[in-house]
Amino acid sequence: MTAADRIDRRFAKLLAANHDGVISHLPRAALSSLFQPSDLVVANDAATLPASLQGVHRPTGEPIEARLAGWLSFRDPTRFVAVVFGAGDYRMTTEDRAPPAPLAAGDGLEFGPLIASVEGLLNHPRLVHVSFAGHPASVMSSLVRHGRPIQYAHIPEPLRLWDVWTKIAADPIAFEAPSAGFALDWRTLKGWRERGVGFATLSHAAGLSSTGDAALDRRLPFDEFYRISEACASAIEGAKSRSGRVIAIGTSVVRALESAGTDGTVRAGEGRASGRIARGARLRVVDAILTGVHQPGESHYELLRAFADDSVLDRVRAAVEERGYRAHEFGDSLLIERQAA
Amino acid sequence: MLNNIDLKGMRIAVTGGTSGLGLALVRNLAASRARVAFVARRAQLVERLSTETNACGIVGDVGLKEDIHAIALEIAWNLGGLDVLINNASSLGPTSLKLLADTECEELHEALVVNVLGPFRLTKALFGALAASARDGRGGIVINISSDAAVSAYPGWGAYGAAKAALNHMTAIWAEEARDEGVRFLSLDPGDMDTPLHTLAVPDADPATLKRPEDAAQEIVASMLALRESVPLELARRP
Repeated sequence: MTAADRIDRRFAKLLAANHDGVISHLPRAALSSLFQPSDLVVANDAATLPASLQGVHRPTGEPIEARLAGWLSFRDPTRFVAVVFGAGDYRMTTEDRAPPAPLAAGDGLEFGPLIASVEGLLNHPRLVHVSFAGHPASVMSSLVRHGRPIQYAHIPEPLRLWDVWTKIAADPIAFEAPSAGFALDWRTLKGWRERGVGFATLSHAAGLSSTGDAALDRRLPFDEFYRISEACASAIEGAKSRSGRVIAIGTSVVRALESAGTDGTVRAGEGRASGRIARGARLRVVDAILTGVHQPGESHYELLRAFADDSVLDRVRAAVEERGYRAHEFGDSLLIERQAA
Repeated sequence: MLNNIDLKGMRIAVTGGTSGLGLALVRNLAASRARVAFVARRAQLVERLSTETNACGIVGDVGLKEDIHAIALEIAWNLGGLDVLINNASSLGPTSLKLLADTECEELHEALVVNVLGPFRLTKALFGALAASARDGRGGIVINISSDAAVSAYPGWGAYGAAKAALNHMTAIWAEEARDEGVRFLSLDPGDMDTPLHTLAVPDADPATLKRPEDAAQEIVASMLALRESVPLELARRP
């Protein structure tokens, strides 16, 4: 029906690398027939906010785009971490976007009906704390109507909210879509249920995947808040006690679970995931990850290095290239099992 | 009115919340300590009811595709999730009753958009939240407000009746498909009520012969609770 649907998800592909590094290729629709009855699939049910705001930098009158990138206080829509761009729009790659007018603490910003100000800069001319004037509910209401989902230069038509919500989207806290979840539909969940494969969700406020600025991208991912329900925590405990595997749908689920389960036991509640998971990180909770196709250097790719060593990941990259797997947010999927120690 | 049911903390959204049955539902639910969000088109009425009941008022039109996700987002954010969605907003189609042969295609379209497509879109957008509520052991419920015009072939009620019949059948299929996710669906016919919509349809009806929307609202809340009790909360937790 729209841009995202035209990238036909029915024919999406899935590359699976098992714990011995053996690679196989499947149609992604086969996901529902994977995994064992004792296994538990955990997905991120965050719904995506319209986090891109077009507006004006009041002191100079110059156009700006602010991309909300993180909560300063979880679920408080009056204060955010944001990345600010100058003139231009999403049809230009972020790498080519002009910097904003020089920003300083106290600068007024105007985004349609929303009035905001720069609280301060975060050691980078594009990265700021912004605060919005008004009651949280009315700020959220204006944000929802004035904001648009963060767009991608590789998708020519503007993405709408329905394009960036996964089928399981529930909790509107993410700034970019938890895109691994696009691989799931209710038919897949039904298939797992019928075969006794468990399914649970957590809510993780996925932030920006890339800013187009090398120095900023090295700081990604920013700290991200998450919430793990009692039901999810107890499902994980159940799977572990049955020696089942925990399969994370997306890097955000890995971050949340490994942050909440530093001693191997995942505690319910809210938390904040910080820092990168990369080569050498010891995974205590997650046994396999379903994710998109990423490039070395991206934080998502670095996270895969905690699951498999470079010899496996190099073969995965070669296979992905050879078979034309699509790499973007709405592309194909990889399933990487944690390598046997 | 009598209000001895305690719905403390239940997260409930009602569409068409500022008029007729929807208005009575919002007042009833808010008085029963539920956390209520309601949706309606006119900002002034939304603000007034929000002030009166402390419920969260959302300005939006379920007949507009562009509004649906904004509405869903505001509902989920304001209530911190969703346990019950009541699709109550409704349109007669033609502004007064007409024989089908006299009904403009655009009028039928309007009835289908508001009575069928709108509830479908909003339910789909909020299905993730309802299923999440079910997984958390709170159950998820969708109540679609129907009419006896969906079942009986009343001359003059063609657009409305056909749309409500479609809504009924869609509700029945949702109910089958969503049961295992722990989300229950129910169509409810509130009966002929003394509401603005009924006045539009039958201007010279004697209000004394019609049900009070407050009574219909009370019955709907009772049905909602009965359904909730019947939801096996452990369903979603089985391994």
